[in-house]
Amino acid sequence: MARGIKDKVAILGMGCSKFGERWDSGPEELMVEAYLEAMQDAGIEPTQLDAAWFSTHIDEIGTGKGGTPLSVALRLPNIAVTRVENFCASGSEALRGAVYAVASGAADIALALGVEKLKDTGYGGLPVSNPGTLNPQLTPNGSAPGNFAQLASAYRAKHGVDKDDLKRAIAHVSVKSHANGAKNPKAHLQKEVTEEQVMNAPMIAEPLGLFDCCGVSDGAAAAIVTTPEIAKAMGKKDIVTVKALQLSVSNGLESQHNSWDGSYFHTARIAAKKAYAEAGIEKPREEVSMMEVHDCFSITELVTMEDLFISPEGGAVKDVMDGFYDSEGDVPCQIDGGLKCFGHPIGASGLRMAYEMYLQLQGRAGERQLPNPKIGLTHNLGGAPSQNVCSVAIIGAHDA
Amino acid sequence: MAENTIGLKAFGGYIPRLRLQRKSITGANAWIAPNLVGKGKGERSMGNWDEDSLTMAVEAARDLLGTDEDRSHIDALYFGSTTLPFSDRLNSGIISAALTLDQNIQAVDVASTQRAGTTALLHALNGVAGGGNKEALVCAADHRKARAASVQELELGDGAAALSVGTDDLIAKFIGSHTLTIDFVDHFRGSGEEFDYGWEERWIRDEGYTKIVPKAITEALEKTGVSASDIDHFVMPCTFARLPQKLAKMCGINPDTVTDPLGAVCGETGAAHALVMLVHALQNAKPGEKVMLVHFGGGCDVLIFETTDLIASMSNKKGIVGSLADRQEETNYMKFLTFHGLVEWERGMRGEQDKKTALTTLYRNEDTVMGLVGGRCTETGVVQFPRSRISVAPNKPAVDTQEPYKFADRKATILSWSADFLSFSMNPPNHYGMIVFEGGGRIMMDIGDVTQGEVDSGTEVRMVFRIKDFDDQRGFKRYFWKAVPVRKSVATAQAAE
Repeated sequence: MARGIKDKVAILGMGCSKFGERWDSGPEELMVEAYLEAMQDAGIEPTQLDAAWFSTHIDEIGTGKGGTPLSVALRLPNIAVTRVENFCASGSEALRGAVYAVASGAADIALALGVEKLKDTGYGGLPVSNPGTLNPQLTPNGSAPGNFAQLASAYRAKHGVDKDDLKRAIAHVSVKSHANGAKNPKAHLQKEVTEEQVMNAPMIAEPLGLFDCCGVSDGAAAAIVTTPEIAKAMGKKDIVTVKALQLSVSNGLESQHNSWDGSYFHTARIAAKKAYAEAGIEKPREEVSMMEVHDCFSITELVTMEDLFISPEGGAVKDVMDGFYDSEGDVPCQIDGGLKCFGHPIGASGLRMAYEMYLQLQGRAGERQLPNPKIGLTHNLGGAPSQNVCSVAIIGAHDA
Repeated sequence: MAENTIGLKAFGGYIPRLRLQRKSITGANAWIAPNLVGKGKGERSMGNWDEDSLTMAVEAARDLLGTDEDRSHIDALYFGSTTLPFSDRLNSGIISAALTLDQNIQAVDVASTQRAGTTALLHALNGVAGGGNKEALVCAADHRKARAASVQELELGDGAAALSVGTDDLIAKFIGSHTLTIDFVDHFRGSGEEFDYGWEERWIRDEGYTKIVPKAITEALEKTGVSASDIDHFVMPCTFARLPQKLAKMCGINPDTVTDPLGAVCGETGAAHALVMLVHALQNAKPGEKVMLVHFGGGCDVLIFETTDLIASMSNKKGIVGSLADRQEETNYMKFLTFHGLVEWERGMRGEQDKKTALTTLYRNEDTVMGLVGGRCTETGVVQFPRSRISVAPNKPAVDTQEPYKFADRKATILSWSADFLSFSMNPPNHYGMIVFEGGGRIMMDIGDVTQGEVDSGTEVRMVFRIKDFDDQRGFKRYFWKAVPVRKSVATAQAAE
């Protein structure tokens, strides 16, 4: 295996806009909001940036293509800007680009910024997309909830879980995230909900009700990365470094070959294994302090607990109901409120997750602060369970 | 068997599963059409939103053809309908593609008259009799629209039938026929018009049916030398009560041989109805019986057949009898109006998506899209959908080893599914899921003809050819395959038959 990225790159500064229905802001204003916070945190001038990676998913209602939207909005000093897009893992993809640039020595300081302006469609939910010319002739006119909801039917069939028991477990996933999000001033939804509320909400895509689905929001998040040496030389304390960055992409096996049973993410298991190896983690259930996972839907988070090898196979329902992933639990998950409360401005989400892990590792998470976390994991999924990209990133204290 | 004997080799039938209760129509319209309240009896067949004359014809033909993959024995296809989805694109060509018939085939659309079904059948008989074709497939289907609160709305139904014509293994020998062509305009539908315009019923009955039909029957009996009293089944679509009996009697045919016009359970299926009734009659016929098929419209077609001993071999066909038994009552008249495009309803912004079809892509992937043909790796035997240059086989991604592999008639079950209320659907919630096939392969696809709570992981499904999307902006329809639940009760009923 390659030597990997562990401890080669440090996070110099991060920023995150307020997420929500930002009727007042276009993508440009959101980008500036995240950027200014990150620059202030890093304590650098724009001329110190060597290159930038820019993630955004949807062209039609977003910024448009290319690197110019970022460069123009931030008035960058004509440096290289690369636009990346990889479904819902786009934000993590931008971070990967910036981190690799620094690790290679091609850049001393690089910016990763993700943004998505979703609330200019005129309707709720993610925009309807038109992927190519063949897919629309073959695939159902579905939606993200309809695709992810299918995990539930396959998970029930595989593990023999009762319909109501699974519904209650995924309800708890959302209740927990709402409780966390209520303590986060940057979250879109800052309100606690009860299990009964979640279970009785209007159906979106069976068995997912309204509260089983993440919000739809506008937002941006940014990271500025450099080498640990430069960070130290700049006088930074409590340095946070990147321990692992992995991405696994479906090759059509799940959607075309009957070896996949529909109840888990094939890619997530591969990305997780590689990330743990890269970070030198042997017992993730004990070594990972906290996680921000891609809870686009409650059922996604539940099966992800197994895909990341935190819960044993078939054991996620029990762990969830035991409060293992609650803020007081052994491995708090979605301590910032998750996609559930932040919503999912696609290009920004991966960086928003890293932002919370970074704050926690530096002890700057305010009311949400966990006691002495060492290792934080972020996880993104893009596409559908049957065909997707999955990123797993691990960051931690430099000396961890 | 005589050298020049031709006739019918097999049949198939299809009536959509939804049956709109006429009482729900007349009840809703009683305020404006109190005269129709008395007609609120029985039920009419009603295509689902994704059915049209093509999809129904394909289903009837699949019933006829069975699951045998080799369809090269069919060398001609005639399709009769007055509701062809395309004015200029060979509609029978779409049926041929869906059935994965050989490209070396003559496919013909027959239209513009209620006799389109019988005329298509006559073309097939002539083609085989002349030696030009060995085995011709005939399909007839209609999916007509009628104005709200009209008599037609109550009397019409949707349906299809299929027959194959050849020279050997006949289930019914063709004895002869006679056709009259007379421009008697009982009704018409102008080019580009959606609805029929009809004349006074009493005139149609007295000056049309009563004068034209006996003339055609008499000529046919004279030509064939068949005695009127030898007719065992008198098959004639007609919405006038007791008129077929009267006409049969006028011609010396026993009025008791008049077969059920299926008005109470199905409705009049237009150009398909003569063949729908013929298939229904054949399913009830015994060997050695004479069947007279009559269809009136712009003149009259009369065809005479005699069943053979092989008629019993057709008991495995669903036909019209089986289709009529596979039913679901529908009492929502608004749903019917919406499916027929008679209501401007709020589709939401998700319904605004452009459904333009790249015709280049469609043609490049023709057997994939139209025929549900995937691939099988000749090295590993792994099957997949769609076909690709590099095999999906996890341990051996062989290159350029795939041969075409048909999925449409294979057994399948649901692996995962959801009922989606968010995405646009003509009939929410939108059901779709991962369908896995016996023998390998899987497809994420729409689940059709389904009611909420009816399916789960493990539910057995079968494939049907349906409308996928409407491109109203350009007048195009996309077709693809969907999974529909296999109903145990129907399967059992068929096995018992």
